[in-house]
Amino acid sequence: MVNIAPAADPVEKAKERFGDDILHVKTFAGETTLVVSPENVPDVLRFLKSAAGLTYNFLSDISAVDYYPNDYGDHYDGEESDFRPERFGVAYHLYSMLYNRRLRLKTYAMEEDPVVPSVIDLWVGADWLEREIADMMGVRFEGHPDPRRLLMPDDWDGHPHRRDYPLGYETIQFSFNADEIAEHKPFAEE
Amino acid sequence: MGVMEGPKQGATVSQKLGNLGVVTTSLDAAINWARTGAMWPLLFGLACCAIEMMATQAGNYDLSRFGMELNRASPRQSDLLIVAGRVTRKMSPVVRQLYDQMADPKWVISMGDCASCGGVYNNYAVVQGVDEIIPVDVYVAGCPPRPEQLMHGILTLHEKVKNDNWSDWA
Repeated sequence: MVNIAPAADPVEKAKERFGDDILHVKTFAGETTLVVSPENVPDVLRFLKSAAGLTYNFLSDISAVDYYPNDYGDHYDGEESDFRPERFGVAYHLYSMLYNRRLRLKTYAMEEDPVVPSVIDLWVGADWLEREIADMMGVRFEGHPDPRRLLMPDDWDGHPHRRDYPLGYETIQFSFNADEIAEHKPFAEE
Repeated sequence: MGVMEGPKQGATVSQKLGNLGVVTTSLDAAINWARTGAMWPLLFGLACCAIEMMATQAGNYDLSRFGMELNRASPRQSDLLIVAGRVTRKMSPVVRQLYDQMADPKWVISMGDCASCGGVYNNYAVVQGVDEIIPVDVYVAGCPPRPEQLMHGILTLHEKVKNDNWSDWA
């Protein structure tokens, strides 16, 4: 017979342990999101992973959002319940295999040099998730042992998933401007 | 039943060929006939157009009617590169290297809208037309082109090759 701790309320437990470091809590459509500052991410995740009654032991995904140009900070005019202090949001989607429930931890990174600590020592699976975000969104993960690009070529310039990244590099050719575009198109040599 | 006699040692050409006689032609026509009669494509597909290319080679459409049944898995042994699908920026050095590894004479068919001009993928990751990477002989439109269209592209290329002058390749 194995003793399993009864399921505890993650918001209550986290607030009891971290107090004001839990900056914001939002519940929407039955999903709970905790917001912390980047430097607290590893501690909070380690707590959520190992505390009795929580055991969020599976990292489903790490995702990132770019709120450029005006969906964050002082000039954000969205709902009052949203809390977006900085441009880049990084969300950790956790799953508890023991209690069959999910939790989201979110953090916000500065626009100039977005840095979030790596959680690769908690979940090895965070390796490629963090590399993908670093590649496509340009959020640096401090302490990642192998911070190469994952998807784009190594010599790529910029981070394509940022909202200020140009979508394409060529005007679409229609019949009325085909000649104009073909004029400066870089055709290959033999 | 008598024993059939083969041509004797020292027989003349007309004796050897029987009623076939002798055909005279120009060197260009003979070379181009050989080149169009067995133009082996490279076994190379990039995206969904490759599925249609496989359908073209399979029994229903039977590309071997044009002497192209054999896809070579090595660029050293192939004459034709069918760029079947969108070419990403990351893939473009590979495509160029495959083209460079092919022995002359070599030809390129850009199959489908994506390979020809980027198609619907007007974005940062996809090359807007494979002609930015390698020279293209025939463009086949369609998304993806039906096997008939690809065969028409191949036959158009054959027409082009038949007008080639062999000394241009030398």
